[in-house]
Amino acid sequence: MSASDFLAIAPLLVLAAGATAVMLQIAFMRSVPVTAILSMVALLLAALSCVSAAAITPLQVGALLSADQFSLLFTALFCVAGAVTCGLSLDYIRHHGDEPEEYFLLIVLATLGAGVLAYANHLASLLLGLELLSVSLYALIAYPNRSLLPLEAASKYLVLSGAASATLLFGFALLYAGTGTLAFAELGEKLGQAEMGTGLLMAGSAMIFAGLAFKLSLVPFHLWTPDVYDGAPAPISGFLASVGKAAVFVALLRLFLEADLFRYYKLVQLTGLTAILSMLAGNLLALLQTNIKRMLAYSSIAHLGYLLMVFMICLDTGSRALAVEAAMFYLIAYTATTIAAFGLLTLINESQVEREQVQLQQVSGLFWRQPLLAGLMLVALLSLAGIPLTAGFIGKFYLFTAAVSGGNWVLLAALILGSAIGIYYYLRVVFYMTRGADEHKHTVTLSPGWSGSALSCLLIASILVLGIVPQTLMAYLRSIL
Amino acid sequence: MMLQLILLLLVAGVVAWQAERFSSTLPRWVTVVAVLLALLMLIANLGGIPAERFTLVSYPGEPQGWLMYSQHAWIPRFGISLEFGMDGLSLLLLLLTLGLGLVAVVSSWDEIEFKPGLFQANLLWTLAGVAGVFLALDLFLFFLFWEVMLIPMYLLIAIWGHEKRAYAAMKFFIFTQVSGLLMLLSIVVLAFQGAGEDGISFSYSDLLASAPTGRAGMLTMLGFFIAFTVKLPGFPFHTWLPDAHTQAPTAGSVLLAGILLKTGAYGLLRFCIPLFPEASMQFAPVAMGLGVLGIVYGAILAFAQSDFKRLVAYSSVSHMGFVLLGLYAWNSLALQGAIMQMVAHGVSTAALFMMAGALQHRLHTRDMFRMGGLWQQAPRMGACAMFFAVASLGLPGMGNFVAEFLVLAGLFAVSPWMTAAAALGLITAAVYSLWMMQQAFQGRPDNNREMADFGVREMSAMLVMMAVLLGLGLYPQPLFDLTQPVLEGLLPRMSEPMSALPRLLSEVSP
Repeated sequence: MSASDFLAIAPLLVLAAGATAVMLQIAFMRSVPVTAILSMVALLLAALSCVSAAAITPLQVGALLSADQFSLLFTALFCVAGAVTCGLSLDYIRHHGDEPEEYFLLIVLATLGAGVLAYANHLASLLLGLELLSVSLYALIAYPNRSLLPLEAASKYLVLSGAASATLLFGFALLYAGTGTLAFAELGEKLGQAEMGTGLLMAGSAMIFAGLAFKLSLVPFHLWTPDVYDGAPAPISGFLASVGKAAVFVALLRLFLEADLFRYYKLVQLTGLTAILSMLAGNLLALLQTNIKRMLAYSSIAHLGYLLMVFMICLDTGSRALAVEAAMFYLIAYTATTIAAFGLLTLINESQVEREQVQLQQVSGLFWRQPLLAGLMLVALLSLAGIPLTAGFIGKFYLFTAAVSGGNWVLLAALILGSAIGIYYYLRVVFYMTRGADEHKHTVTLSPGWSGSALSCLLIASILVLGIVPQTLMAYLRSIL
Repeated sequence: MMLQLILLLLVAGVVAWQAERFSSTLPRWVTVVAVLLALLMLIANLGGIPAERFTLVSYPGEPQGWLMYSQHAWIPRFGISLEFGMDGLSLLLLLLTLGLGLVAVVSSWDEIEFKPGLFQANLLWTLAGVAGVFLALDLFLFFLFWEVMLIPMYLLIAIWGHEKRAYAAMKFFIFTQVSGLLMLLSIVVLAFQGAGEDGISFSYSDLLASAPTGRAGMLTMLGFFIAFTVKLPGFPFHTWLPDAHTQAPTAGSVLLAGILLKTGAYGLLRFCIPLFPEASMQFAPVAMGLGVLGIVYGAILAFAQSDFKRLVAYSSVSHMGFVLLGLYAWNSLALQGAIMQMVAHGVSTAALFMMAGALQHRLHTRDMFRMGGLWQQAPRMGACAMFFAVASLGLPGMGNFVAEFLVLAGLFAVSPWMTAAAALGLITAAVYSLWMMQQAFQGRPDNNREMADFGVREMSAMLVMMAVLLGLGLYPQPLFDLTQPVLEGLLPRMSEPMSALPRLLSEVSP
């Protein structure tokens, strides 16, 4: 490997080194602030190294990793998201008793897994990244090890995730049996030449899609989602919903693009069907929730459904570039918004002594008790609902534009219907927050820690900036395609 | 100037919000000063425009045709820019917006005790959104203002509304938002339809040149039509309106009825019909049929109400039916009538909602069966209510009469049958307006009731609105002069397809 190879994968190396450093530091000296700062520094350094690596891309590093603008952009995004999650967790961890240092180590490792997924253009690296991410997440979900709910959530995720990985591996094996290769680009060539057994190859691709759809919690593979989100610590739910899904989505998109799985028309139609089901089921089920974390869990199913539209749009080669651009913007907007929403839930939680569960009743009158927190939450919810001036709206507008350009009217109808339902439950939270001050009973309030508040403000500011002046990011995304 | 005007209102909102920290009466003064400043700014800038420009026919799609025009790049990736333009029509509606903004503040002068700063802020932000709607020429920007004005309005209803505010606010938001998404879809389709070498564009002038025809045109047009008719509101999309109007605080009702409904009519006139001349022509019989149904159905329901505010709300449905009719009749007379109706209805309904708010503030009820004989206890209120009730039923001498007369006169040339059916609205309006007067203000007064009459502040607002309605009714020519160039620019665009309209209507009529 040459020096430029190392430079190209510097973000991953920095993350790995950072994880090692944190591990050593914990071995010698237990101190939450030091660990947290060390992890955040490692994550931010990794994000910075993406910038320096950008100069020498695109570059294939070994057989497994492909360093291009696309992978670097998302690695940087995941690193920043990881750092923000660390910051938001500080408040949470502060109240959580013994030996929480490894929590930060696990976040760094999970981010490393997400980074590998962004780089992966080989089925082996895809699996590596995926497992690194998932295994770290099992532990993170179960971190508050004294209570039952997180344990239940983690074991549920572990078992179902294991089944999904097995399906995924079986799919890999079928593809390998048919083509004799695991690299995305080569797969694309071989699949085109394969004369026999297209049924087998299609089944393999479908199994890979099913395995990844589980991680993306798309309907009908979504059953684990609400319980896991509900049980996990709120910052981790945010991380899982944003980075955990965005990384898998990025890998799936790259697999479809480079191996040109769009040749299997039926498979792509299946993704379209999954998208529609996710949009409708996710939104409908979210309607029934009174627990905000569960509501956000179902709404994340719907959001992934919106994103998955992109695959159907890609069928039209003329709109493919626009569709990928739309997916990238939506992913960035969605990541920022989701982390912000869950981060704010953490802060609301912390200020009310009770943990993990945030019922609608609990945010009643929040506007008058903690105006800043409620204002930030309002923006996050509006962004999730796709109201103008927020990043979420521009993302949705992008999807609209791409779908119109591809002529996918059925998907558009589902998108509109889904958004309509979505508005109801997002606004219901807003309504509860604006209820009169005398209508709520929870008077015990602690002021949230400054780090959490500051980070939330930053996130909300970025959502608004992306929503009001999106041109810079748009131009950049267009330039890297 | 136009961008500055919107920014002024937005920033004033923040100031009013924070002013609450110092005094609970300061915010409303901030609002008054801000709206007056905006009016001054508008008038000062109008002074700079040579008088002959106001009579020049302005063809849409030509920047020099606007009285004021400005454009700044915003999102070049999709050909979106901050493009604002003002012609006679926008100017008229902008004046109405700012004027009724003042009325809204006055009407809720001491009604709001809970968070008065945030209340005034939402009021100002709604005004800013509406002003943006009337000025935006880029359709993406138009959609943005269309949606953004909803949020402060939602908060006004959800926080300061009456007993069923959650339901009403939610219904209002969902109706408008969903229909808005349909419009966004249509806007994007339209932009792609006209996509040229240098990508897509959302500019009004570019889109005018590339109207889709046939089935695609019809479907795209429907996206706009539904969004605007929900806001108007036209039958059968009106069901959000009685709830929202009834539950909103007084100032919210004034804004809703006075201005927000007019954005729907404005959208139809500015965008929906000119962008799709052919599809609109084919659709005109249906739209006019909905207009007639709205007039009759709204009137019948208004008569069936016992809630003062609900009655006025349903009467809005009835009156806005005339606007729909006038717009789709698409000739100079009917269009002038529709525009006149927008202004006159805005003022008269705002006054009636102010009256309803004042009654509720004093009596703590909106139920007309629990009123009665109020004229004796509050003669000034009774006189005002009488004035606006007869204005709204279309007594000659008031703006409303001119408006409805012109719509009917213009419509007669197109479809005598529709005219006959719509004229029923004039009779029914008399029935429910007078019934309302009878129930609330006449009859035997309840002697145990103590009631304060209108004070100087309320009376002056009422007198100004009376003067406006009388002015419009007795000397409407200035308004016609202001909007005539706009209509002359729009009419030829449609003259060819619309010339087939009477024939089309005679086929569907009995």
